[in-house]
Amino acid sequence: MDATQIAIAERVAEEQRHHKKAQFLWVWAALLVMTGIEVYLTYQNMAPAKMLTILMGLSLIKAALIIGFFMHLRYEISRMKWITMCSVVACLILMTIFFFPDAHRIITLGVK
Amino acid sequence: MADTVVAREVPSVYEPSLFGTYSKKIGMWLFLMSDSLTFGALLYAYSYGRISTAGWPTPFHSESIVNATVMTAFLLTSSLTMVMAVRASVERNAKAQTLWLLATIACGAGFVILHGMEWSKLIAEGLTLPMFPAVPGHEVSAEFSSVAKSVPQFPSTFYTLTGMHMLHVTLGIVYLGVVALRRKFIPILLALWLIAWLATPSYSPFHYGAHVLLVAAIVISIVLWLKPKVYDSSDVEVAGLYWHFVDLVWMFIFPLVYLMSARIL
Repeated sequence: MDATQIAIAERVAEEQRHHKKAQFLWVWAALLVMTGIEVYLTYQNMAPAKMLTILMGLSLIKAALIIGFFMHLRYEISRMKWITMCSVVACLILMTIFFFPDAHRIITLGVK
Repeated sequence: MADTVVAREVPSVYEPSLFGTYSKKIGMWLFLMSDSLTFGALLYAYSYGRISTAGWPTPFHSESIVNATVMTAFLLTSSLTMVMAVRASVERNAKAQTLWLLATIACGAGFVILHGMEWSKLIAEGLTLPMFPAVPGHEVSAEFSSVAKSVPQFPSTFYTLTGMHMLHVTLGIVYLGVVALRRKFIPILLALWLIAWLATPSYSPFHYGAHVLLVAAIVISIVLWLKPKVYDSSDVEVAGLYWHFVDLVWMFIFPLVYLMSARIL
C-alpha cells in the first residue's frame, strides 16, 4: 500500500479501536435468538405465505445487523453506505420485477 | 536538448478517499456486491422452481432442521470470533488476532463438516443428482428416491445453492488460514486435501470436491511466492468482510431452503 492508503487504513483502525466488545456480543445474541424464533415458527403450522413473509422479514433484520455491525457499514461515511446498498437493492429489485409473474403467484395461489 | 523538468504537484501523505476508506476494502465491497447477485440469482432460481413446480417436497425432518440450526449457530459464532480478530488486529495484538482467526476457522470447519455429513446422508438415502454415483450397499429411502425422480428441480437447486455456499465457506477458511498463518498454512492445506481425498469413498462428491483444496494450495503458493507479506489490520478487516458475507448469505438460505421445506408431522 502507498502512504495515502496506509494513512487511511490507520485512521479506519483508530476508529475501530473505539467499538465496544459488548455491542458485538449483543448483536451475536440477537442473531441467535432470531434464529431460534425462526425454528420455533417453523413448527407452528402457519400458512406458507405468512410464514415466508415472517421468515424473510427476520432474515432481513439479521442481514441488516450483520452488515451494519459486523461488516462495520454503520460506521462508514454515508456515501459508501448509500452507493453499496442502493446498487445491490436496485439489482435485486430488478430480479424481482423480472420474476414478477411468479412472485405474483405466491400471493394469489400460495406457496405449494 | 536539456532535460525538461516538469513540475508536479506532490500529493500530500493523506488525501481524503472518495468513500472514506482504503481501496482494498472498497475492492472487497465491490466483489461482495457482485457475489450477492450470484447468490441472489441462485435464491431466485430456487424460489422460481418452488413456485412453478406442483408437489414441491418438504423432505427435511426435525433431525435435518436441528443439524441446520447447529450449522447456523456455528456460522454466527464464527462471525463473532471474526469481529474479535479484527479488533485484536487494530489493537496490534498479533497473538490474539491469530487465536481469534483460528477460532473462526474452527467454527467454519464445523459448519462444512456438518454440511458434508448432511449431504452424504441425503445422497445415500436417494436424494441425488444424475451426476452423483450410486452409493453401494446402502438402502435408498423410498421418500427421497421419489422426490429425486418426480421433482428433480428440488435436488438440482438444493445442491447448487448449498454447494455454492459450501464452496464459499471452504474458500473463506483457506483465506483466513493464509491471513492467520501465511506460508505455514500451505502444508496444513495439503494435509487437509490428502485427508479429505483419501478418507472419502470414491462415490462421494467430496472425493473429487477435495481437489478444491489442492488448487487453493497451488494458487496460495504462487501468490505468497510473488508477494510475500505480513498481513496487517486492513487485510484482516477485508478478510472479515468476506467471512461475514458468507454468514449473511446463509441467513437467507437457512429459512428459505430448510425451514420452508421442513416436514411437519
